Amino acid sequence: MNKTLKNTSTADRTSKYVTIVIIAVLYVVLMVLDNLKATPGSTFGKILTMLIPVLRKGAIYSLLCVSMNLLNGFTGLFSLGQAGFMLIGAYAYAIFSIPAGDHAAVYQYFEGGAIQFSIPEILSGVLGNTAGSFLGAIICILIAGVVAAVFAALIGIPCLRFKSDYLAIATLGFAEIIRAFFQWDGLGRITNGSNLLRKYTSFSDMKIVAGETTVKFGTVFVFLIAMLSILFIILLINSSYGRAYKAIRDDEVAAEAMGINLFKHKMQAFVISSFFAGVGGALLAMYQTTVNAAPFKSAMTYEILLMVVIGGIGSVSGSCIAAFLYIACNEWWLRFLDSGSLFGLVDVPFFRDGFRKVVFSVIIMIIVLFFSRGIMGDKELSLKGVLKKRQRKKEAKAAQAEGGDAE
Amino acid sequence: MIAKYLPYLLAGISVGGQYALIAIGYTMVYGILRLINFAHGDVFMIAGLVMVYSSASLPMYIAIPLVLIATMILGFVIERVAYRPLRSAPRMSVMISAIGVSYLLQNCALYFTGGLPQTYPAIPWLSRSVNVLGATTKMVTVVTPVLTLVLVIVLVMVIKYTKIGMAMRAVSKDFETAQLMGIKIISVLSMTFVIGCFLAAVGSLLYFTNYPSVIPTSGSMPGLKAFVAAVFGGIGSIPGAVIGAFIIGICENIIKALGWTTFSDAFTFVLLIVVLLIRPTGIFGEKATDKV
Repeated sequence: MNKTLKNTSTADRTSKYVTIVIIAVLYVVLMVLDNLKATPGSTFGKILTMLIPVLRKGAIYSLLCVSMNLLNGFTGLFSLGQAGFMLIGAYAYAIFSIPAGDHAAVYQYFEGGAIQFSIPEILSGVLGNTAGSFLGAIICILIAGVVAAVFAALIGIPCLRFKSDYLAIATLGFAEIIRAFFQWDGLGRITNGSNLLRKYTSFSDMKIVAGETTVKFGTVFVFLIAMLSILFIILLINSSYGRAYKAIRDDEVAAEAMGINLFKHKMQAFVISSFFAGVGGALLAMYQTTVNAAPFKSAMTYEILLMVVIGGIGSVSGSCIAAFLYIACNEWWLRFLDSGSLFGLVDVPFFRDGFRKVVFSVIIMIIVLFFSRGIMGDKELSLKGVLKKRQRKKEAKAAQAEGGDAE
Repeated sequence: MIAKYLPYLLAGISVGGQYALIAIGYTMVYGILRLINFAHGDVFMIAGLVMVYSSASLPMYIAIPLVLIATMILGFVIERVAYRPLRSAPRMSVMISAIGVSYLLQNCALYFTGGLPQTYPAIPWLSRSVNVLGATTKMVTVVTPVLTLVLVIVLVMVIKYTKIGMAMRAVSKDFETAQLMGIKIISVLSMTFVIGCFLAAVGSLLYFTNYPSVIPTSGSMPGLKAFVAAVFGGIGSIPGAVIGAFIIGICENIIKALGWTTFSDAFTFVLLIVVLLIRPTGIFGEKATDKV
């Protein structure tokens, strides 16, 4: 007994160290990839120009999927308001980080806008360019999250009373209302009406300039924010709050009978999920370099929901894997389906624009219908699990060998 | 005053009738399966596209029946392929499957149209201009409410007096007991989807006549609004859905007349939330009690 206890604790520790090492290596690799200069046109150059955006977008969508999974997978609230909160986050981020000098150009139809300062710029004045834009971006991202969370709290008061599909349609409705408000000319001095917001701090501003050399860390920045956020959600899920959420998911009536305050916990999960949807929206705004309310439609929420389903409802690591897979396939690996030929060799007449999406949606339908547990089901991918599995296999083998000897 | 608002009111009544035809599909499916059929709006859009393509090579008197039949077949296939295998799955999975179907239909439409708006053909009689109390409008504006009411009355009769209608009512009341009584659930469900899609196809013929073109996403907004109409009227109730749809259509156009076009879509959802808060079962809905 004692021996097994000791064993697991060493396994715990090793797996923890190994995980940290893997993450550190990952960040070094990202740093290197970000700063590699490949000759344009070479195969490696082509791969690199696809890889970096895919990694960045994948990290952003991982965060969005995990935040949606917190609601749909762990709390059992079928909410479809994700796009609305992302929109709020993206706008809050952009509004506070457009440089003061560019306001006249960006808000050209609204007399230069109402807000006349930029947080990254103010901080740059104090801390220097690099630290200023870095810290400024982080503060703006936090503001984005907080604004989204405040809206969520307000929306939650009426919406969280509704059951399953009514909740879905009510949150979907609120997302549409939010979109309409952000496109309204009456708020144009803040939101720029239906025009683009641009020129704010983006990933390309994440760089250290020292004389001749520049070190970019845009990709590392996204990964850092996304990872910390996901880590927070994992900790939350494993805490006593997380257990309350799961109890609500499994049986509301039983949970209430056990003394769990339904409304309070639902509201908590809703606000936290929306906070991270806002953060994800802000990161998406940084990725796109321009923001407009029009594309934040319900289709965007559906896309994230489908990623969550592919990864497995109720699995954080599944969501992350699915997000990266989805983005990589969508933006890179399945591109050839739109190009008119198979690997540039054979012309296939039905490979034209849009075919990729058709193939994609067929795959999604197959997953939904036949593999409804997704990639991970409700299990988590962890080093400890892999190690344990290996150990168990070894033990089983040893036991078998022993059994063989006895015979 | 009247001269200014009359065109909007007429447009509202007309679009309300079109929403009503879609809303019936939602309310019937929800009544029986407890499923928000997110794909219904896209079925409506596909009906529009089928009309575009079939009218390009066929005369109208063949193209229109073809649209109706193709849409009914589509509804039948969707139910059989995407919803039937999930009969015993949790409700959320079925809803996700519906969202998947909606995504698939939109992407197929995107592929076949190449992303270009497809010009909707002018249906000879419906597109003619008429003069109603001094306001010039298309014939379809006058035809829609009449046709909607006729179809709804026929449908209500069918549900009330025919065998399949009785089966539908039984199934929506209690799924399992109905099955035990020897009702063939499979055929009831297929029939529900076929009727819903037939009405959506009629709705699309009327709706798109007022619009210049069809795009892959043109079904999603009318679909959502029709669903709101169904909730407003009390989900599961056909007269409720029709009244809800007319109210939404008229309110939406009055808001447009007042110059708040940006909010005409948002208003529908505000209405939804208000209704859910004040009377969650809608105007005609029956009160549901939760059994533990």
